[in-house]
Amino acid sequence: MSGSISNSEIKVTRDAGELTSLLKQKFPKAVLNFHAHRSDETIVIERDSLHSVCIFLHEDSRCAFEIMLDITVVDLLEMNMNHRFEMVYHFKSLTHASRIRIKVPLNEDDCRLASISNIWKSADWYERECFDMFGIVFEGHPNLKRILMYEEFEGHPLRKDYPIDKQQPLMELKEIEERHTYGREL
Amino acid sequence: MTDMTTLQARTGTSSSSTDFSSSVMTIEIGPAHPAMHGIVRFTTKLDGELIVEMEPEIGYLHRGFEKESENSKWIQVIPYTDRLNYVSPLLCNIGYSMAVEKLYGIQAPRRAEFTRVIMGEISRITDHLTCVGAAAMEIGAFTFFLWFIKAREYLWELVEEMTGARLTTNWTRFGGNSMDLPDGFLSDLEDRLSKLESIMEECDKLLTRNKIFIDRVKDVGAISKEDALSYGFSGPMLRACGIPYDVRRADPYSVYDELDFEIPVGSTGDCFDRFLVRMEEIRQSTSIIKQAADKMPAGPFMTDERMLHYPDKKDVYGNIEGLIDHFKMVMEGHHPPEGEIYMPTEGGNGEFGFYLVSDGSGDPVRVRLRPPCFNFVQAMPIMTVGHYVADIVPIFGSINMIGGELDR
Repeated sequence: MSGSISNSEIKVTRDAGELTSLLKQKFPKAVLNFHAHRSDETIVIERDSLHSVCIFLHEDSRCAFEIMLDITVVDLLEMNMNHRFEMVYHFKSLTHASRIRIKVPLNEDDCRLASISNIWKSADWYERECFDMFGIVFEGHPNLKRILMYEEFEGHPLRKDYPIDKQQPLMELKEIEERHTYGREL
Repeated sequence: MTDMTTLQARTGTSSSSTDFSSSVMTIEIGPAHPAMHGIVRFTTKLDGELIVEMEPEIGYLHRGFEKESENSKWIQVIPYTDRLNYVSPLLCNIGYSMAVEKLYGIQAPRRAEFTRVIMGEISRITDHLTCVGAAAMEIGAFTFFLWFIKAREYLWELVEEMTGARLTTNWTRFGGNSMDLPDGFLSDLEDRLSKLESIMEECDKLLTRNKIFIDRVKDVGAISKEDALSYGFSGPMLRACGIPYDVRRADPYSVYDELDFEIPVGSTGDCFDRFLVRMEEIRQSTSIIKQAADKMPAGPFMTDERMLHYPDKKDVYGNIEGLIDHFKMVMEGHHPPEGEIYMPTEGGNGEFGFYLVSDGSGDPVRVRLRPPCFNFVQAMPIMTVGHYVADIVPIFGSINMIGGELDR
């Protein structure tokens, strides 16, 4: 597709920033890869150490990432990688005026990882969205259910193998009593 | 959420559903009403009129923005971004275009950047005018709403003059803007801003020290600094809690580092502080627009890099490179280099960040928007529990929930 006059490809710069070095020193086994493309510091870590890395990012005064900005997933189905999904976390530290991106590779047959909603509350809904859109299961999440789609929806719409023009049957209107029993619940 | 056992002990909750005076009832509020900012449903548990527990449910305006974008070309996403935060569409256009520019590693020319600052701040003002005006109307200040909508109209006329549309602007491009400033725009701008300022002055007298208004919003819906950070707040909602985080200052983009502005902060993080912060931000944005208009440099409004825009007609008809570029642009479109970026910009509601992944093939692999009001709606329970049902309206009004960006 890309012809002879496409833009010159720019190599991804590979230099360890301060945070990367800190994490590599603290979790030598967990850090799989890192880069700083367009000065966005990115660290790829392995799945099982996500929760402890997140606690470190939140608690340690050298990191102090107060805000968990965003959780999302990239489906790498068409990119010929060994893993299917990549979890992407964005953090912001106000104390050190820094940002960091943490990525976690996930395999299709075992796409589950630890929830970080007990560290940052904002993770709660973002994880629900990732579950809804990609079917990633977050272990230890207090209330993992669909958020943007409805309960009866089948499949996970943002996966690359979900066809864009697929239609699903309309749901019958439910009587409100089916969902809640007024006054009798407590 | 709340301590149910003490509440039950206090109210002596019985299991009988007929005993309304003392039982905690589940009431569905919505989909819709809470003064119709957008469609959400709150499943609330009420003890009389006191909210004991609440669970927001969203997704009623989900249109699959991300799926649709990933099945489009890069340039085709710009019109979709108009529909994200539809009260400040230009900020969404700018946010997306700057994200793709970061992916390319280019910058728009200075004239384009200054124009973006002006149009972006106009959008921020219209966003705040809508939010504050509507929130005030819902608790009875109808005159205030009409005055603010009048002011918004002045600004939307400016937007129309610039882009040709009031809401569906589709204005920015990668590496510049689709149009330069029209003739006489800057003098119109000055005129409209002076009108806005007089309206702001009038409305300030009308509401800021109005006892009826203050009684409805003071100490209502307060959230602590720690909770606000944990919930990932940004924008006016976070600043109302006393944390001066503004992407324009924290990670300066465009030409904001050359402009002089203050970041207003509140102290308690209640609805009244949010109102005051937004009012002050309107004034600060007015000052930013004036500075940018004064500093407006001459020059091109579109980058001269090849393969980012259609070449000039004289090149298309005059030389072979121009003709090839034109053909490639029509047939293949943009090819941002391989990579991933996150570009935060300050939207009307807070940090409006795009996370883009490109594999260099010309089709986006991932277009992700970080919606600022997602966090606000998530935090509705801790803001409302312990208040009365009637307080849902001012609290929900003050978070400026925009369905388009919340549900995408």
